[in-house]
Amino acid sequence: MAGFFKKSWAVKLVSLASVFILVQLLISAGFIDSYIQATIATICINIILAVSLNLITGFTGQFSLGHAGFMSIGAYVCAIITLRIGTTGSFILGVFAGAIAAALVGFLVGLPTLRLKGDYLAIATLGLSEIIRIIFTNLKITNGAAGLSYIPRFVNWFWIFIFTVGTVLLIVNYIKSSHGRACIAIREDEIASEAMGINSTRYKVTVFTIGAFCAGIAGALYASYFYDIAPKTFGFLKSIDVLVIVVFGGLGSISGSILAAIVLALISTFLQSFSEIRMILYALMLIIIMIFRPQGLMGSKELSLSLFKKAGKLFSKKERV
Amino acid sequence: MIKIEQFLQQVFNGITLGSIYALVALGYTMVYGIIKLINFAHGGIYMIGAYVGYFCMTFLKIGFFPSLLSAMTICTLLGVTIEKIAYKPLRNATRIAALITAIGVSLFIEYGTMFFVKADVRSYPALTGLLAQKFAVGGFNVSMLQVLILVITVALMFLLQITVKKTRIGKAMRAVSLDKDAAELMGINVNSTITFTFAIGSALAGAAGVLVGIYYTSINPLMGTMPGLKAFIAAVFGGIGLIPGAMIGGYFIGMVEVMVSGYGNSMYRDAVVFGILILVLIVKPAGLLGKNTREKV
Repeated sequence: MAGFFKKSWAVKLVSLASVFILVQLLISAGFIDSYIQATIATICINIILAVSLNLITGFTGQFSLGHAGFMSIGAYVCAIITLRIGTTGSFILGVFAGAIAAALVGFLVGLPTLRLKGDYLAIATLGLSEIIRIIFTNLKITNGAAGLSYIPRFVNWFWIFIFTVGTVLLIVNYIKSSHGRACIAIREDEIASEAMGINSTRYKVTVFTIGAFCAGIAGALYASYFYDIAPKTFGFLKSIDVLVIVVFGGLGSISGSILAAIVLALISTFLQSFSEIRMILYALMLIIIMIFRPQGLMGSKELSLSLFKKAGKLFSKKERV
Repeated sequence: MIKIEQFLQQVFNGITLGSIYALVALGYTMVYGIIKLINFAHGGIYMIGAYVGYFCMTFLKIGFFPSLLSAMTICTLLGVTIEKIAYKPLRNATRIAALITAIGVSLFIEYGTMFFVKADVRSYPALTGLLAQKFAVGGFNVSMLQVLILVITVALMFLLQITVKKTRIGKAMRAVSLDKDAAELMGINVNSTITFTFAIGSALAGAAGVLVGIYYTSINPLMGTMPGLKAFIAAVFGGIGLIPGAMIGGYFIGMVEVMVSGYGNSMYRDAVVFGILILVLIVKPAGLLGKNTREKV
């Protein structure tokens, strides 16, 4: 990221803009129907969720199973605000209010529970997301188990693109900063990094809060795009879905998470009418990847232009020989 | 005013539910004690136990006790198979990798079962004869069924205690959970000891599955998730890795759940149990009977 403000910066900006314009043109021209649009929205929301969970689990090594809980906070806060005041301004307000509410809960819960190690943390976060779900099922303002419906849709390709790129950039830049290096040190060896003067609790709580914030954004986008939300949407299986994406793409690889989000969304679109087979496939994938390639398919490698150049050089060398 | 008979009735219901949690929690705690892995698949094994019992009683029409024994046998085989295929290759992997595998195995069992028997709720056949009777003791009702559950649980726990304390393999189990490397140097076959632990834990979970089937009479492929998590919470509450801790924790969680449903809002039942978990982890992570240990570098 040292050269972020140099040539590569321009390349990235141009490629991002062209992706945006291409999809926008296809939508306007009617090549992308509403079904494909919904798939694209799901992919983008999953990218936000997976990248933020990767920050917590892949880069900092803290195993969290509570992502669906934070997502539901964002979704409900945004839905309640946009149902009361139905303007685009209120939607933006809703997204940020939802994200901040999720971050606040993440901070308050992370402070005591992040002292726990590995599996205890997993169970505590799982318990937390179940508690959040049960509270939403019992509150009046969230309309109980039936959930909220007729949420006005303000999300379109523009907003989804902006928020997805925004969160990914936020997390990538965090990882490339000295904070991010501290997090990776904690993942590699917590005691050694403490000895090097890294305040591990502070970094873990920060990462957890950022992760919750991003999950809140994803939830708000979900609520605004899919009209209705219910507590059961954000159950344990939603957290597992996100975990599968992170593990599949690689623990510690942002581009891996993005690729995995796209590939898995396509797989689940094909298997839509066989939900049991989809879950069996996911389960087998988790087991097989963990046994044969525990760091995930991409490991901690990133997909980049230089990687292609290296691969190209490798091939040309072989040809010369 | 809380009526005393009603309260006693609730206490008895709590003990019945608690025995089932205790049986499941024992499997969790033994596996955790020996390889430091939360065996998420344990809830799935418990569900399989319930289904095997159901098929034995409904289609094979063998009585309750033979069904209980066949459920325990099949669950033992299942537990050992899971250990051999999924967990053994990960013996030296990171904790996260093992935990993700455990989640994968649990999902695989649940949705695999759902694929074969469909997601419908099935109801257990009603018991007949002596086991179906109810009688009143000083103002509150006790069913023979509840007595049966209690007797079976206590008997199984007694057997477990004898196995762990008095037999050679029990000694090996205790040795491996204290120090795996030292145990290996002393000539203990660590792998077969771990397999044996999985076998015992799975048999107990299978028994718990059949008992919960006859007690609540309805079963479905996802029935194991929640009780599995709650049994784990029970194990953590009592001090994970400790067999008496799991028993105390199981009865405590069962009692709390029944009391919250009886005198509070039953919708918040699960939330209270998870709240207890978070509280225990913050206040005394080693659990009720556990000792705090310092982490060595």
